[in-house]
Amino acid sequence: MQLRVRALENILTQKGYIDPAALDVIVEAYETKIGPHIGARVVAKAWNDLAFKQALLEEGTKAVGSLGHQVGDHLVVVANTPQRHNMVVCTLCSCYPWDVLGLPPVWYKSAAYRSRAVKEPRSVLADFGVALPPTTEIRLWDSTAETRFLVLPMRPPQSDGWSEDKLATLVTRDCMIGIGLPKKASEVA
Amino acid sequence: MDGIHDMGGMDGFGKVDPEPNEPVFHEDWEGRVLAMNSAMRASGSWNIDMGRYGIELLPPHVYLASSYYKRWFLRLEHMLIQRDLIGADEIAAGRLLRPGMILNHGTFTVADVEGVLRRGSFGRPTPAAARFKPGDRVRARNIHPRTHTRLPRYVRGHVGVIERLHGAHVFPDSTVLGKGEDPQWLYTVCFDSQELWGTDADPTVKVCVDAFEPYLEQV
Repeated sequence: MQLRVRALENILTQKGYIDPAALDVIVEAYETKIGPHIGARVVAKAWNDLAFKQALLEEGTKAVGSLGHQVGDHLVVVANTPQRHNMVVCTLCSCYPWDVLGLPPVWYKSAAYRSRAVKEPRSVLADFGVALPPTTEIRLWDSTAETRFLVLPMRPPQSDGWSEDKLATLVTRDCMIGIGLPKKASEVA
Repeated sequence: MDGIHDMGGMDGFGKVDPEPNEPVFHEDWEGRVLAMNSAMRASGSWNIDMGRYGIELLPPHVYLASSYYKRWFLRLEHMLIQRDLIGADEIAAGRLLRPGMILNHGTFTVADVEGVLRRGSFGRPTPAAARFKPGDRVRARNIHPRTHTRLPRYVRGHVGVIERLHGAHVFPDSTVLGKGEDPQWLYTVCFDSQELWGTDADPTVKVCVDAFEPYLEQV
């Protein structure tokens, strides 16, 4: 593939369609700048600031933008509660909130996840070592339009009084997709 | 189209296999493919739904056997050829055989990168009132368009409840064909698992999809 891709890039460059330096900047942005650390900051802020949490649930794009992050339209934030656990999938392709989580992992784009998440989510959660109480409602959000979904996980116990920086270390990428839970306070304390 | 891409509810793909400490790209070429796709779409040569349809049009055996970024690469080659931006003979030769066309937005340069890193806005004003409101029961229509649509097969014919109203958005079924944005109301519709998968399904599961108004009918 390396050779085929390089040949195509050379042709597009010689045609005058692209400047390869611009491709470098895109690759670098996804490798170093845009990633789940952004979502983790958003979650940590929501855990510490009730007014922000409400604004986030009402209008995700606007609330995340207010923190100074560049985020596109139609971000919908869905909150986990003791009664309800949210999970995000894209059964049709690979839609994912790039702005706040970076590029999706391979498993998110896999046939196994896309086919099973909407039909047997508990068994998919088990593949990740996650077991929820049998009475918890599981709600799948299939990203079939230009809305993008971010899960707001529940704040772990024993994290009272923590700064947002410290809270952010509890927030994993997977818990913002709904396929994991945040770290325990004892794991990072 | 009722293609291989519409995977919700299919069996047989096995366990989900997360990779610990997964890198953003596994090979250098993957990043180049992603960036070339972004750059060429930004040139105005096609829109996001035309791009998705480009992947859906891959033959099922190719789709299943190709990695994610290989699909992106095959789609890119196909769309460039289809729009006469490069020749199939140039792909075969692996080099330039004739000069390029003039692109709508000119050469993609570093100054254009900012624009492709930010997601577009798909909300639009709408002239008509929304037909449904939160709490309404609706049926996902039993439609099977031969071209690109965003109504997954697994909800078609099933009854759900309107959960949210998102305003009017660009309608993929129209814009993919180059027939204009034709904005339509967009709703989140939630379905009980047993409505979708039968009485053996886990009753604690609900599945929500975003559905455009033309996908829905009154119950």
